[in-house]
Amino acid sequence: MSYRYAVGDKVRVLAGDPPGHIRTPFYIRGKTGVVEERWGEFRNPEELAFGKPGLPKRPLYLIRFKQAEVWPGYKGPAADTVSADIYEHWLEPAR
Amino acid sequence: MSGPHDHHDHDHDHDDHAPIEQDAEAKEFALLERAIRELLIEKGLFTADDVRRVIDQGATVSPADGARVIARAWRDPAFKQRLLTGSKKAIEELGYDLGGPEPNLIVLENTPQVHHVVVCTLCSCYPRVLLGPPPDWYKSTEYRARVVVEPRAVLQEFGTTIGDDVEIRVVDSTADMRYLVLPMLPKGSEKLDEAALAGLITRDCMVGVTLPRPV
Repeated sequence: MSYRYAVGDKVRVLAGDPPGHIRTPFYIRGKTGVVEERWGEFRNPEELAFGKPGLPKRPLYLIRFKQAEVWPGYKGPAADTVSADIYEHWLEPAR
Repeated sequence: MSGPHDHHDHDHDHDDHAPIEQDAEAKEFALLERAIRELLIEKGLFTADDVRRVIDQGATVSPADGARVIARAWRDPAFKQRLLTGSKKAIEELGYDLGGPEPNLIVLENTPQVHHVVVCTLCSCYPRVLLGPPPDWYKSTEYRARVVVEPRAVLQEFGTTIGDDVEIRVVDSTADMRYLVLPMLPKGSEKLDEAALAGLITRDCMVGVTLPRPV
């Protein structure tokens, strides 16, 4: 299995809005976070939803975002975070 | 100027009861599900009895199963370690069969520094394999939309106050993983046996919206 990103890498979630069955929530599209876990490879749900095999499998990551990065007006402590599972093809490197 | 009771001079209950969420949409989906199910049965892909059996299996799991796993983790540090690193095998040690097509289960450990709370903002993904079907509030658009934006306010509404020195980590189960929270052992419960400990652990503790109450 080959991962493009390592745990600790900074990544940005793509900001696109393609049609179809997308598992990337809107509120983190375009946001920058850190790779927290690498979960393995899974069949692509964007294809599975339309009866296709979903191959090749896609690496899946748990990405953690600072709440203040996701919601500019966030009122809680700066340490608060939100994490989501994101497939590799929805990520790009960030600095 | 009219008084507050002008419209309420009759004595029947006039409250608008909270509507069942997405009722109209649910009816459409129910019709669609029925049509597709009947077609697939007609084509011989599965039988009506298969459908009944799967529904039955889902209903046999309850939060008591999750509580058993958490109580064991509290009592047995080696088990806890196995649970956190490879939950499936550890849970199977307790006699559960997770061999089905269920998604992967990840156990998130709360610490004095981090409190986890689980949501599925896209739909209603939930650790069914250990908790059974999710409660209505978990599936509500209100919980799903608000807990990622203002988790502390939502937890407060569940009666849960998390100190500002603790990171709240909301985990959105958007894909193939399902998340279960391992709460901290409440102070004062250190001497309880496993069965008594399991009694402290509720469904909501394992979603992360409440804390186990100390005895």
